Amino acid sequence: MTTHHRLTAEGLTLGYGDRTVVDSLDLAVPPGRITVIVGANACGKSTLLRSMSRLLAPRAGRVVLDGKEVHRLPAKELARTLGLLPQSPVAPEGITVSDLVGRGRHPHQGIFSRWNEKDDAAVAAALEATHTEPLAERAVDELSGGQRQRVWIAMALAQQTDLLLLDEPTTFLDASHQIEVLDLLTDLNRSRGTTIVMVLHDLNLAARYADHLIALADGGLHASGTPAEVLTEETVRAVFDLDSRIIEDPVSGRPLMLPIGRHHVVDRAGTLPVGEPTA
Amino acid sequence: MSAPVLARPASVEAATRRRVRGASRRRRVVLVLALLVVAALAVTLVAGRTYYPPGDVLRVILGEQVPGASFTVGRLRLPRAVLALAAGFSFGLAGVTFQTMLRNPLASPDIIGISSGASAAAAIAIVTLSLGEVQVSVLAIAAGLGVALLVYSLAFKGGVAGTRLILIGIGISAMLDSITSYVLSRAAEWDLQEAMRWLTGSLNGATWDQTVPALVAAAVLTPLLLGQARNLSALQLGDDTASALGVRVEHTRITVIVAAVGLIAFATAAAGPIAFVAFLSGPIAARITGAGGSLLVPAGLVGSLLVLVADFTGQFAFGERYPVGVVTGVLGAPYLVHLIIRTNRAGGSL
Repeated sequence: MTTHHRLTAEGLTLGYGDRTVVDSLDLAVPPGRITVIVGANACGKSTLLRSMSRLLAPRAGRVVLDGKEVHRLPAKELARTLGLLPQSPVAPEGITVSDLVGRGRHPHQGIFSRWNEKDDAAVAAALEATHTEPLAERAVDELSGGQRQRVWIAMALAQQTDLLLLDEPTTFLDASHQIEVLDLLTDLNRSRGTTIVMVLHDLNLAARYADHLIALADGGLHASGTPAEVLTEETVRAVFDLDSRIIEDPVSGRPLMLPIGRHHVVDRAGTLPVGEPTA
Repeated sequence: MSAPVLARPASVEAATRRRVRGASRRRRVVLVLALLVVAALAVTLVAGRTYYPPGDVLRVILGEQVPGASFTVGRLRLPRAVLALAAGFSFGLAGVTFQTMLRNPLASPDIIGISSGASAAAAIAIVTLSLGEVQVSVLAIAAGLGVALLVYSLAFKGGVAGTRLILIGIGISAMLDSITSYVLSRAAEWDLQEAMRWLTGSLNGATWDQTVPALVAAAVLTPLLLGQARNLSALQLGDDTASALGVRVEHTRITVIVAAVGLIAFATAAAGPIAFVAFLSGPIAARITGAGGSLLVPAGLVGSLLVLVADFTGQFAFGERYPVGVVTGVLGAPYLVHLIIRTNRAGGSL
């Protein structure tokens, strides 16, 4: 079974230039669970993720992994425990799927150590888990968006980390591919106990797939807890400045957010027909 | 460590098979390229205006006195061929390093001004200041690093965008070339050959005094760059991904830039900025090796081969003798045009 690592942020302040994006934030990532971070555009979601994986040094405070500050850990040592899939990774022209996935083995290799059986096994397992094995010899630039995203996740899996951070892994994907990617991550979490932290744009997908939901607003933690605790009409109003109705998702039993705009609202008083699914 | 997740043995075997196949193709390519370089080297030593049998050439290399051959081969052809080998390798290796690191085939040191900087400094040092080999190399390196730093900092705006860096580099390169032209025009006693050397690169009149520093620099800096090969491959996936894979991005970048600029500067101080060799070698190597593994060694060998063949062609294929840079320039310019047209079609920006 996976050893469970504890990742926390303590009084974390982050920014670029003279702009502060995240202000003295405290949070703890529950080990072995799926945590989803939501929030309005430019609220610091990605910045927070970048800092937790030491891509961005904090202005103040610290990110702690198992009692050690991540910004002080040796780069490769951290990369064997914590992986990150950034929002827009770049695939070199013409590289094949299996070569790209193989690059995920980087933190396990020294300058002189040769590629070995373990590396092959890790690549094979990553290809299998993401159902990309049939694509192994194809060039990454020939693949569809959904396939490509699965390949990038495979690369992150080949890194074999217990913690995996993903920055909007479903952006640019159509509905079926979004579900495919989120199901895949859930499989990983359930079968390997991999702790997953991801930023998602879609509140309803976030509520459906998260064990633990974090809502950021104005550079701080607005709410955190189970989706049912966090996804309330008050939170949506505070975080997104949006009126909404929250109903129970008839498919998952999780909360489902229905936005209320200025148009196409049948009954402002709040008696939407809950029993009938609203397509 | 993660819980071991076992893949089916068949999948592991398939992964091993794919990896071994890729590696053996790369080995074959490197071997064939190395053989071609040796063959080209042999031809340039044996053939020319006068033919010397391989036996005589070998005896000259081993230090024996052979009438005629000792001078022609030992003093003229050998230093020239070794310089072609070392400079070509340096340009090819440094070129592909920059192209890989900046993820853009246009970002080679001869396009973004680093070669021009080293060349202008060397021209000033030799033509105007009459300095010796060591000082020339030091100045060339300082200028190369200075230009790299200048282009990088001018292009830096919360991260370095490829297009901006390349356009700034092309501008700086043009300014530096005009400095070189000015220096050469002020030194009346310097002939056309010397001018060609600093403008397009030439191996004419190569001596051991020029060749040895370039050879030593290549021997020292090549292992340094090869040690960074894996980090460079990770860097190709973007800075964030590389960092997430445990690469110290800034540390890698600085090591790699210093080593690659060193290679360019030493080679340029000896042979001038041989046109387009740095720019062409990487893409040619990528075409024949495939995109999977490191291109550093293949690109270096392609560079050596290009310079050896181009120099031989320039000397003997036409009625007149042309410096090597003219020949590589003829090869490189159409590729540059092709690349610009293609990137324009792809998305309107470089």
